[in-house]
Amino acid sequence: MKLLKLVPDNTNIGFVAIRKWAFALTALLTVLAVGATAHKGLNLGVDFVGGLMIEAKFPQAVDTDKVRSTIGRLGVGESSLQQFGDANTVQIRLPLPEQGGAGAANAVVEKTRKAMTAQFPGVTFSRYDTVSGKVSGELIQNGVLAVVLAILGIAVFSWFRYEWQFGVSTFVAIVHDVLMTLGFFAITQLEFDLNIIAAVLTIVGYSINDKMVIDDRIRENMRKYRKMDMKALIDLSVNETLPRTVMTSVTILLALGALLLLGGHVLRGFTAAMMLGIIVGTYSSVYVSSSLLISLGLTPQTSEKKATRKGDYAGTAERVGPRDDGAKP
Amino acid sequence: MLNFSRWAIFAIILPLAIGVLCAIPSFLPDATVAHLPRFMQTRVNLGLDLSGGSHLLLEASTQDVAKQRLTNMEEQVRTELRRGDPKIAIGDISARDGKLSFMVRDPAQVDAAVERIRPLTQGAGLTGQRDFNVEVVNSSTIVITPTEAGIKNAVKSAMEVSTEVIRRRIDEMGTREPTIQQQGDNRIVVQVPGLQDPKALKALLGQTAKLEFKLVDTTANPSEVAQGRAPVGSEVLPYVNNPSGVPFIAVKRQVMVSGEDLTDATQGYDQSNQAIVNIRFNSSGGRKFGQVTSQNVNRPFAIILDGKVLSAPNINEPILGGSAQVSGSFTVESANQLAIALRSGKLPVNFVVVEERTVGPGLGADSIRAGLIASVVAVVAVAVFMFVSYGRFGMYANLAVAINVLVILGVMGILGATLTLPGIAGFVLTIGTAVDANVLIYERIREERRRGRNVVAAIEHGYKEASRTIFEANVTHAIAGGIMLALGSGPVKGFAIVLLIGIATSVFTAVTFTRMVVANWVRRTRPTDIHI
Repeated sequence: MKLLKLVPDNTNIGFVAIRKWAFALTALLTVLAVGATAHKGLNLGVDFVGGLMIEAKFPQAVDTDKVRSTIGRLGVGESSLQQFGDANTVQIRLPLPEQGGAGAANAVVEKTRKAMTAQFPGVTFSRYDTVSGKVSGELIQNGVLAVVLAILGIAVFSWFRYEWQFGVSTFVAIVHDVLMTLGFFAITQLEFDLNIIAAVLTIVGYSINDKMVIDDRIRENMRKYRKMDMKALIDLSVNETLPRTVMTSVTILLALGALLLLGGHVLRGFTAAMMLGIIVGTYSSVYVSSSLLISLGLTPQTSEKKATRKGDYAGTAERVGPRDDGAKP
Repeated sequence: MLNFSRWAIFAIILPLAIGVLCAIPSFLPDATVAHLPRFMQTRVNLGLDLSGGSHLLLEASTQDVAKQRLTNMEEQVRTELRRGDPKIAIGDISARDGKLSFMVRDPAQVDAAVERIRPLTQGAGLTGQRDFNVEVVNSSTIVITPTEAGIKNAVKSAMEVSTEVIRRRIDEMGTREPTIQQQGDNRIVVQVPGLQDPKALKALLGQTAKLEFKLVDTTANPSEVAQGRAPVGSEVLPYVNNPSGVPFIAVKRQVMVSGEDLTDATQGYDQSNQAIVNIRFNSSGGRKFGQVTSQNVNRPFAIILDGKVLSAPNINEPILGGSAQVSGSFTVESANQLAIALRSGKLPVNFVVVEERTVGPGLGADSIRAGLIASVVAVVAVAVFMFVSYGRFGMYANLAVAINVLVILGVMGILGATLTLPGIAGFVLTIGTAVDANVLIYERIREERRRGRNVVAAIEHGYKEASRTIFEANVTHAIAGGIMLALGSGPVKGFAIVLLIGIATSVFTAVTFTRMVVANWVRRTRPTDIHI
C-alpha cells in the first residue's frame, strides 16, 4: 500500500523571500480585523453584557417576526432574536429588569413563557440564562485577563527558553491570531460568549504549539549550520517541519469539522472560532513569526555577538546569555 | 531504545490499565455501578449543560450584615444600660454614618457606662482587635464604631451559616446531588442537576425566615400608626392582611419568643381547613410563650416573619404545651415552604440571584448525543487519516489515542471532575492534538531515513529529537490551560480540565507507550526497511 503524503519530501519553498508581501497582507488583514471590531463591535452574549437569554424550541418551524411581536406586546424591553440552523429553535435575548431584585428576572421568564405558550402551543424553553450586570462585568474582566495573561505567559516562556527574538515574534503572532478571531466575530456577528473565550485561549495554545515546533527546529539548525545565511536557514527549518504542520492541522480540522457539523448548535460558534484560529495560527507560524525573526536580527552568531551588542537591547541580554546549551565552539 | 526491561513495561502498562479500568464505570448503567466495589465507582460527573438542571449564583449583601450588626448592638446597649442594674440613664441612641452614639445623662457615670458596654464587644482577628471600638467624646458622649475586622468576621460567619442553611433547605426539597459552595467573599454557587424550574428553589432561598412573636400595642393611636408613628417602646410593621384595612400595625419592640427557640415546623390544617404552619418550641421557648400568653389573655399578639406581620390573632387562652399554630392566609404550598424555611433555620443575610443558568433535560440529552456522534466521527476520521499516512505506525498512534481517551475519562472519574459540553469539545480537540506528538515523531523518523540512517537509529533519533519539541510545545499549551483553569468560570473551566488532563496523558500515551510498542515490534521482526 502506498502511504499518503500531503507534503512531498524535501520541499524547498521560499517562504522568507515573500515575507515583505506576507507582512503587508498580514498588516492589511489585521487592520481590517481591528477596524471591523471597532466599527461593528462584537455581538456580546448575556455572559458579558448581562441580561436574559431564552432558548425556545418550537414543535415546527416558526416565523421570527411573529415571535418578536408576541414578546413586544409584553413590555419587557427590546428583544433581539436569533434563529439557529434548524428553524425550530430561536434564541431570544432580553434586557434584565432594572428594578425588582431577585424575583424580577424570573417574572420576565414566566411572563414570556406564558405568552409564548398561548401563542405557540407546544413551545418549550430548553434553556435560559440570566446574568446580572455586576457578574457580566466580572466575567469580561476575567476573560480579558485570562487571554492577556496567557499571551504574556507564553511569550515570557519562549523568551526565557530561547533568544529574545523568539519571544517577540511569538508574541506578535499570537496577538495577530487573537485579533483575527475578534475580527471574524465582528464581521459574522456570531455571538461572543464565555465559550468563545475558551476557544480563543485554545487557539493561543495551539498556535503556540505550532510556533514552538518551528522555533525548536530553527534553533537546532542554528547550531548545526553556523555559517548558513539566516534566510536560507529559516526556509530550511520551515520546509523541514512543513509535513508535520500540515498533517497536524489536517487532523485537527478533521476533528473540528466533525464537531462543527454534528456537535449541535450550542457549540457551533465555539467550533467555528477554533477552526478559523487553527488556519490563522498555521499561517502566522509559517509566514509571520518565522520571517519576523530575520527582521529582529536573529543570526546564527547571535549567541556570540550578544556580549558586544549588549547595549542595543538593555537588560535582556544577560537573561538570554546563559542559555547557549554548549552552542559555543 | 529497543530494550524495555520487564519493569519498565510494567510501569507503563499498569497506570494505563488503571486509567482504562476507571473509565469503564462511566459507560455502565447506574444499577450496575451500584453493585461494583466502592473503589470502582469512579464516574465522570455530567455538568448541568449535559444533564439538565439549574445553576444559581447568589450574592449576599455585606452592607446588610453590617447594618444588622449595628442594630443588634443598639438593642444590646439599650438593654444593658436601661434595664441593667444599676440603671444608667442615657439619651436617644443615634445610628448615623454606620456608628452608634448617645449621651450619658450623668457625666459621672460615663466611665461606668463604658465598663458595662466593653464586655458586649468581642475579639476579632488575631491582633487583639475588638469588633467594635468604644470611645468617649466630649466627656459625655459615647461613640461605638464597628471595626473592619469585626465586619469581615461577621460576614465570614454569616456566609458559613448561610451555606449550611441553604444546604439544609435544598435537602428538604428532596432534590438529588446538589452542589453548594461558597465562592469568593460573599457568594454561594448552588447547582442542582435535573431541576428544570428553579422558581421554588429561589423562593426558598429568598426567604430569610426570621420568625418572631410580639405583643400588639393596643394603646397605639390608629391614625398615628397609619402615618407610621408608634408610641415609645413600640414599632410600626407592615401587615398586609390586616382585617381593619390599614396595612400597618403597631407592636411592642420586645420579642416574646423568637425563631431560635423553635424545634419543629410542619404544614397542617386548622378547623376550617385552612393551611397553617404548626410550630413547636423548646422548653425555654415554650415556658416563655406560656408565661406571656397567660398574662395577656384576650389581647392580640403578632406573628412576624422577616419583619412583616403574617397575622395577629387574639390569645384566647394560655398556650402552655409549647406548640402553636401560625395562620395567615396561606396556600398549602406557601405554608409548606414556610415550614421548610423555619425548620432549616434562618438565613443571617439576604441573598439575591446574580446569575442563573437553567438547561432543560431535553437539550442536555441532545447535546450528549450530538457530542458523542461528533466524537466518534472525529475519532474515525482521524484514525483513517493516520492509517493512510503512516501505515502500521499510524495504527500504533490510533491505539495510543484510543487508550488516551479512556485514560482521560478514567482520570476525570478519579478526580471527580465534571464533563461539560465544552469539555466534549476539549475531548475532540485532544484527539486532534494527541496525534500531533506522533506526527512529529514519525515525520522525524521519515527524515532520518531519508538521510540514510538505518531503521533502528532512525527510530531512536526520531523519538529522541521529537520528544524535546513535544515537551516544550506541551508546556506552553499547559500554561494556557492553567490560566483558563485559574481564571475561568463555567464553560472555560470545564474545557480547561479536559485539556490539562489530556495534555498530561497524551504525552505519556503518544510518546512513551507508542515507543514501547514500536520497540517491541522492531525487536521481534528486525525489519531492514520500514514503511512510513
